[in-house]
Amino acid sequence: MTFYLLLTVNSITFGGLLFLLASGFSLIFGLMRIPNLTHGSLFMLGAYFGATLVGGMLGIMFNFWVATLIAAALVAVFGAIIERLLLRQLPGQPLAQVLVTLGIAFMIADFGLMVWGGDPINVVTPGSLTGIMRLGPLVFPIYRLAVIAIAVAVAIGLWLLLDRTRLGAMIRAGVDDPDMARVVGIRVSQLFTIVFSLGAGLAAFAGIIGAPILSVYPGLDFEMLPLALVVVILGGSGSLIGSFVGSIVIGFIYNFGQALVPQLSYFVLFLPMLIVLLLRPQGLFGKFVP
Amino acid sequence: MNGRVIGLAVALVALVTLPYWMPGAYYINVTSQILFYAVFALGLNVLAGYGGLVSLGHAGLLGITAYAVAYTLQAGLGHPFAILVALVIGLASMAVYAVLSLRATGIGFIMITLALGEIIWGLAYRWISITNGDNGISVHTRPEPFDLSLNSPTAFYYMTLVVLLVSLVAMTVFVRSPLGAALMGTRDQPRRMNALGYHVWAIRFWACMFSGLLTAVSGILFVYYNQFISPQALDLTSSAEVLLMVIAGGAGTLLGPIVGAALVVIVKSVVSAYVTRWNMLLGAIFVAIVVFMPEGIVPGSARLWRAARRRFAPAVKPATKSGARS
Repeated sequence: MTFYLLLTVNSITFGGLLFLLASGFSLIFGLMRIPNLTHGSLFMLGAYFGATLVGGMLGIMFNFWVATLIAAALVAVFGAIIERLLLRQLPGQPLAQVLVTLGIAFMIADFGLMVWGGDPINVVTPGSLTGIMRLGPLVFPIYRLAVIAIAVAVAIGLWLLLDRTRLGAMIRAGVDDPDMARVVGIRVSQLFTIVFSLGAGLAAFAGIIGAPILSVYPGLDFEMLPLALVVVILGGSGSLIGSFVGSIVIGFIYNFGQALVPQLSYFVLFLPMLIVLLLRPQGLFGKFVP
Repeated sequence: MNGRVIGLAVALVALVTLPYWMPGAYYINVTSQILFYAVFALGLNVLAGYGGLVSLGHAGLLGITAYAVAYTLQAGLGHPFAILVALVIGLASMAVYAVLSLRATGIGFIMITLALGEIIWGLAYRWISITNGDNGISVHTRPEPFDLSLNSPTAFYYMTLVVLLVSLVAMTVFVRSPLGAALMGTRDQPRRMNALGYHVWAIRFWACMFSGLLTAVSGILFVYYNQFISPQALDLTSSAEVLLMVIAGGAGTLLGPIVGAALVVIVKSVVSAYVTRWNMLLGAIFVAIVVFMPEGIVPGSARLWRAARRRFAPAVKPATKSGARS
């Protein structure tokens, strides 16, 4: 029983991380209609940056949270540059844009190997959140609970941003009908940069927040990318609630799969995707078939 | 057209006589690699070039056939049986792969195939009782068709060359067949094809199966060449490499993928002799080709050359211009 409860907490934690990763992916996909294949790489890059900052750079040891914000901001700027310099050059050619993101993903993977080497880097859990919490006979690592809280907070923040602000209204209009949004005077291409940058920052943020649990290693990028893809196929593109539900479902399946059928853990991931594709190709909460 | 025939004849003679003028077994082996990767690229070109369906999981399919050969041989069965099993399993997996991924086209197709490819990789990596995980499976012998040993580089080279030529002929027949024409129709005008009464899904499905056949054949060559298969052959990098071959050489052309395969294999062998940063270069070439020459290297360089001549030679007389156009 204890085993399953712990597994449940781990699943929700992992689901929270996946949500941070996949919400940006889903927004980019919903608005720009391109699956950003660098998303896993941005996750890894964020984690590496965070690890470097926490581990000490130029003689300064950064506080975990300061490092998190700096690294997420750096990757967000990097995302904006990719969008401005490369994707913008290929308007109306989604295929070319996808392939460019794939090429960049390879370059980031090699860059990571070059700078940080092939060994996994562990990031120390921030001091205030080490230790465990006891609840009757159960023992939970506090950090995992904190990750859940952060993911929920970000989800609420994103929901407020999308549902309550002018920018959010413009993004929603762009997702629903980019042409009409342009007609009424929304500069959709500017939104592309903002959303791409936001998604990149969120992915990097997820990478650093996840680093004390997952650690950082080469190959993390292409391990996370299919998970983000599966979440979006499952939840539906461009939908926040879809990403949320999809992330939690995949979080559960991934963790329970690894614990119960470790050899087939990748295969069980594929089952919900298969069922959704067969019964509801636009995803659970999606608005359009990709 | 005449020039083209002569060019092809020269290339064919060069390929057939290659072991006699190529210095050393290493280069013969590199050429063999080019040839079986060319078969693989031809297979992907059926979908990516002629069908407009960009698959990013094809290395997974190649891996399945390769593992099928290795596993059957490990179980103590003979080569002909192993090849047969591999073809059947390869085609069956392709059928599943096609049914799942043809739920979507365009970007959706890319996403689903990428996810499927990664799942196959994950299975190869984690399903240790079948695949031996990261350690892979070795294949100790090569088949001996008609009592001819394929152990020497030259013998294997000729075997691969024959397979490539047969594949190329099959590809030509396919492209000129009604099915090939219908496939290109579904790529350019799926709605119109549907309105004309074509079963768009079925056409795409059979194109997938043809692609799967070529992929399975190249997978068999792959595992016999390397005499080893491990999850690394199935990863996203491998899928992207073969897609780069198709796009770099010229998607939707008969010979483009072969040129692309030659380019990628040569660059990879040359580069890996000096540095280990292959992925960085692969990514950079990918970005450069997509941004600057989306139609492929051969037609792309011709276009850039023309553009450069127009820009840097403004003093061209109008008479010459119209002469060049005619």
